[in-house]
Parts: sequence; C-alpha cells; structure tokens
Amino acid sequence: MNEMLERLERNFAVTGITERRPGLTTLTVGKDAAEILIRDLRDREGYTHLNFITCIDYIEEGIFTLVYMLHNYDSKDTLSVHVDIGRENAEMTSIHTLWAQAWTYQRELHEMYGINFPGSPRLEEDFCLEGWDQIPPMRREFDTKKFSEERFGHREGRHSEVPRDHMKVEFYPNRGGDEE
Amino acid sequence: MILEWAGKAGNFSLTLLIVTVYGLLVGAFIERVIAKVQGRIGIPYSQPFINILKNIFKRTAVSHGYMFYLGPVFRIAGGIGTLAFIPVIYGSEMFSNFSMAGDLFLVIYFMFFGQLGMALGAGESGHPYSAIGIARGLSQMTAYEVPFALAVISIVIQYDTLSITEIVAAQQGGWQNWTLFTNWVATLAAMLAFLGMTGYSPFDIFLAPQEIPIGPPTEFHSAFLSMLQTNRALFGATKLVLFMNLFFGGATGWVELMIKTLLIYMVAIVVGVAFPRFRVDQGIRFFLKIPTLIGIMSIIYVQMVLIS
Amino acid sequence: MIKTLSTEDTLENAGLTDEEQQLFSNARPKAYEPYPIKAVEDFANWARANSLWILAFGTGCGAIELRPLMTARFDANRFGVAGRPTPRQSSVFIIGGYASVKTLKRIIRSYEQMQGPKFVIALGICPVNGGMYFDSYNTINIFDQYLPVDLYITGCMPRPEVLVAGLLELKKKIREGRCDGANRYVENFDWYKANQKKVIKNWDMPDYNW
Repeated sequence: MNEMLERLERNFAVTGITERRPGLTTLTVGKDAAEILIRDLRDREGYTHLNFITCIDYIEEGIFTLVYMLHNYDSKDTLSVHVDIGRENAEMTSIHTLWAQAWTYQRELHEMYGINFPGSPRLEEDFCLEGWDQIPPMRREFDTKKFSEERFGHREGRHSEVPRDHMKVEFYPNRGGDEE
Repeated sequence: MILEWAGKAGNFSLTLLIVTVYGLLVGAFIERVIAKVQGRIGIPYSQPFINILKNIFKRTAVSHGYMFYLGPVFRIAGGIGTLAFIPVIYGSEMFSNFSMAGDLFLVIYFMFFGQLGMALGAGESGHPYSAIGIARGLSQMTAYEVPFALAVISIVIQYDTLSITEIVAAQQGGWQNWTLFTNWVATLAAMLAFLGMTGYSPFDIFLAPQEIPIGPPTEFHSAFLSMLQTNRALFGATKLVLFMNLFFGGATGWVELMIKTLLIYMVAIVVGVAFPRFRVDQGIRFFLKIPTLIGIMSIIYVQMVLIS
Repeated sequence: MIKTLSTEDTLENAGLTDEEQQLFSNARPKAYEPYPIKAVEDFANWARANSLWILAFGTGCGAIELRPLMTARFDANRFGVAGRPTPRQSSVFIIGGYASVKTLKRIIRSYEQMQGPKFVIALGICPVNGGMYFDSYNTINIFDQYLPVDLYITGCMPRPEVLVAGLLELKKKIREGRCDGANRYVENFDWYKANQKKVIKNWDMPDYNW
C-alpha cells in the first residue's frame, strides 16, 4: 500500500494523502491527471469497483471538489480521489468509458451542480427535475427556502417544537435532577 | 303458447336471480375461507353486492366507442344464455329453464361467446394491457376446450343423447350411477379442464393480478364493471351447475345443488392454493398433453368397455 | 348515469402537439348533482361508503403504511377497502406524504382519470404545510391548491391504527354526503389548473385527462 502511494506521488503528482480510518484513504490529484490516475488504479492496482462520484461545493474558495470513491476487493480498502475544478464553466473528463454506470452519477451532477462531462451519454435529458428553469439547485448560491416559499407557497400557523423540551414539559413536569 | 313462454321466462328470471345471488355468496365464502387461512377476518358476506351497487351508482363513465359497450354486454349475454339452456333442478317444471333436445352443444357454444365479446370490447378500449390479457385468455381457453370437448363427446356417446335433461335422468337412482363412477375417465378429463375454466390459480395468468393489472377488465368501470362483476358470479355458478349435471348426478333440490356445487368448486380451490401460477405457454402445453390424452382415452374407453 | 359529454366549453390543450390534439378530448368536465330522491341518494352513499376502492399508487412515504393495513393484523378488507391497480375503477386516492413536482404531474393525471364520486385522503403533515420538506426545491407545500382534499390524516407517518380511524371517519363523511371534493374541483377548475401549471413547467398532457 505504501509503495503504491509513493509511486502515485511520483508519477501523477498526487498530494494530500490522508488515512481517515483503517481502510479509507483520501488523496487529491490535479484535473488533467485525474482520468489517467483512475484508469491506472482500476487496471493495475486492483481498484475495480466504483462506489460513487459526488461533488462538494466550496463556494468560499470558488471550486467544486469531485470525489471518486474506488474500492479494492483484494485488499478490501477504499481509496477516495478528490479533483478540484473551478465553479464557473465547470467541466471534467467523463469516465463512462471506464465504468458504464458512471454516466448516471455524471447525469446527476450535471443536473444538480451544472458540471459538464463531454461525451457522457444522455447528459441533457431531465434526470430528477422536470421542467427546471432555475440554476442547478445544489449549488450553494441557490436559496432553496426562498425558492420554496415563492413557488410553492407558505401556510400560516406552522409551529415547530424541539421534541426533547416539549416532552420534558408535557410528560415529565415533576421530574427533577436533569441539569444540562 | 305465449302464456307458456311467458311463464317459462318468469321462472327463468327467478332461477337467474337465485343462481346469481348464490354465485356471489360462494365468492364471498371462498374469500372468507382464504382470509381465515391467512389469519384475518375477511370481507363481510354482503361485500360483493355492495361492490356491484357502488359501481352502478357511479356518476360518470367514459366510453371509448360503440364496440366498448360490447364487452360487458356480450359477456353477460353469454352468461345468461348459458344458464337459459341448462336445467337446474331435475324433475322440477319450474326450474328447467329452456332446456330442449340438443342443448348440450348450444351450451358449449355459449360458453365461448362471452369471452369473444370481451375480446372486442377490451380491444376497443385502447389499453395495451387489456389486449395482452385477452390474447392470453383466448389462447388458454382454446387449449382447455379440447379436453372438455373430448369428455363431452365421450359422455354423449355413452348416454346416446345430446340433451342435458336426459343425461341427468340417466344418472338418477343412487350415487353409483353418476358419471363420476360409470365413466371416470371422462370425468377426470373434464375436471382437469375445469381447473382452467374457473380462471383460478394455477391458470389465472390472463387476469394476472400482480403483473399486468387485472388483464381484460382494465379499462372497464362504473356500470360496465358492475355488469362484468355480476357475470363473473353468474357464469361461475352456471359452469358449476353444468358440471354437476353432466358428471355428478344433477340435483333434485336447491340444497343438494348448493352442496354439490360448493364441493366441486372446492376441488379447484384446493388445487389452486397448492400450486403456483403457470405461464400461458406452460398452461397450453399442459392442457394439450395429458388432459387431451385422457380425453381421447375416454372416447376409446366408452367405445370398447361401455358400449360393446 | 352514463353521461355523454357536451362540447360547449372546450379547453385549449396548449401542451399537446397537433397530431396529439386529435387523440385527446378537449371537453370541460361537468359537476354532478345528487339523485333527486333523497332515499336513493342515501342508499347510494351507503353503498359508496362501504366499498372503498383505493388506487394502489404509493406516491410517497405514506405507501409504507398502506402495506400493513392490508395484512392480517389490521385487515382493511373487513371495512370494505380493497386496492385497485387502475384509476378507472378506484374511488379513493391516498396521497401518501410528500408530493414532489414530478409525482404531482402523475397524481393529477391519475386523479382526473378516476370516475366520480372520488375522494382524496392526504396522509401525513407534508400535504398540509410542507412538513419535513418545507424548504425543499422539489416538493410542494400546500396540496390543497392543486387537488381538493376530503380528509387529512396528520402524523409523520401515522400508524395503521390511525389510518383505520381515518377511513372510518371518511366513511361517516361519505354517508352524510359531505364529501364533494370532485365537484369542488370542477367548479373551481380554472383556479386549480392555474396553480398546477404554475408548478409543473413541462405540461405535455391535455388540460383535463379524461
């Protein structure tokens, strides 16, 4: 494992190797070397299972971080590859040629974040949202509560309770000794 | 002459009413038995009647054209027509309906009539699932008619008559005279065909309750559906009465009729709960193999053993 | 009791292409009146109340509470409740929980194909004010704006015993003749349709799905 990580550091300019817990390691790679790294991991290192592709929106730094989670059945550990891409005109090479099921994740990311994967099949079709006319909703500049109140309305008289305090008052009023 | 026919028609309406109510109650009874087996209470006995009433009292109905009406109308015409020519109670003037010489073939023709009308109506509805259900139902019906027709030919040769009344008359005088005991081969072939006739498991693929939702009656609703529901009870009871007359000695009273038909129906139910559902091609292959063979053997049996 | 449609008021099916316009009807739905003789209407209401056929369409998380309802412990069959797979034959539509915009289009399509009298039960707190998903971009907050509701059963999710109590309440309401959601829908048809079109942006079906 350690030799493999050293080799990756040398060949693909991989940075930030961290072991989160036994069996899960994360590393960051540049955008241009990402697809080659993933192909190398799949073909030569035995990380043949793609768990998922997802995205983290770091709006303060102006980047999307794509996370590719790969799993190795022989050594039973998971490697998580992070790729940073810019938020404006976000684009990334598609890996649907490596795993056929990746096109579903890429379709979801295209709809929810607006990331383009050139060549990925059926990218422009509606995935979950039909007739969506706003910006991609998982981006952090999209105010979902405001949108919900404008589009769907708001019913007056909504009242929320914190269940713990409510139960303390309603069901156990005479119980003492809970200082927290 | 007119008065006589009017009297017959009046008696026939009474028979129709009794047989329909009996069919609905038997359906409810079977549902309750199945529910008890599953540990539930089950539907009340009045539930099939309330279902039909509710559908009659629906306020709107959507029709797909004139042929759409044909489905339920032909079906219930087939049901009423089949019952009209079967003598229900042997020896009773009042409940002999319109039975005459040669009515056995007429009855078998009428049994097919309803399903064909349903094909027209369901096809007109434009629902693809109805068309699939009808195709399956008709192919299965063609398959189970073969052993049934062979068994009927066998008992026609045995009793040398085409009139159901005379067949019942020949079976009177003790339970040893039933066709069940004198010509058991034909009875076996006919009972195997009966399993397919009831539309119950393992041959209920054309209703397919879990797959294509409910098959041919998919698009029928409101008053159309109430006609189909009535016909299901009526036609089911009619088939039971026919089988009772042909193979189990007929009935001389209403109580005897109800007991015998219930027991015949239980045969189909007991087989049904024990077996999973067959596919259409498996069902057709089944009917065209062993039951047909038994049917052919029954004709040979009658010729060699009984006549000579 | 089988009514022929009059084509005085027609709807413009703007969402359909030209070939599809030939295939769908553009007649406006009409409200129905109760039977003129009160005894017949009471009898009809009794029959409708004791034979509730639910459309077996689980729209949201409420569907998980419908399954135990049909099994041995709570047995809805003894109340006359049965599940039907097609909207043509069912009379009760249970909105199980949240309704996303995508599901709402299919709910409307199924509801309009049902034959009157038809009743809608809203299960859970989400159809009332959005519930747990009040700030979601994809679920509606107030269901009453899009389809008329006859009975609300709140909870998140209500247990099957509560569902049974709700069904008994619905039966009582039907027998008294107070369930007229279908008529309300037809009388305020334009308002409901405008609300629906405000939310559903890809309207490619006829204005009323006969």
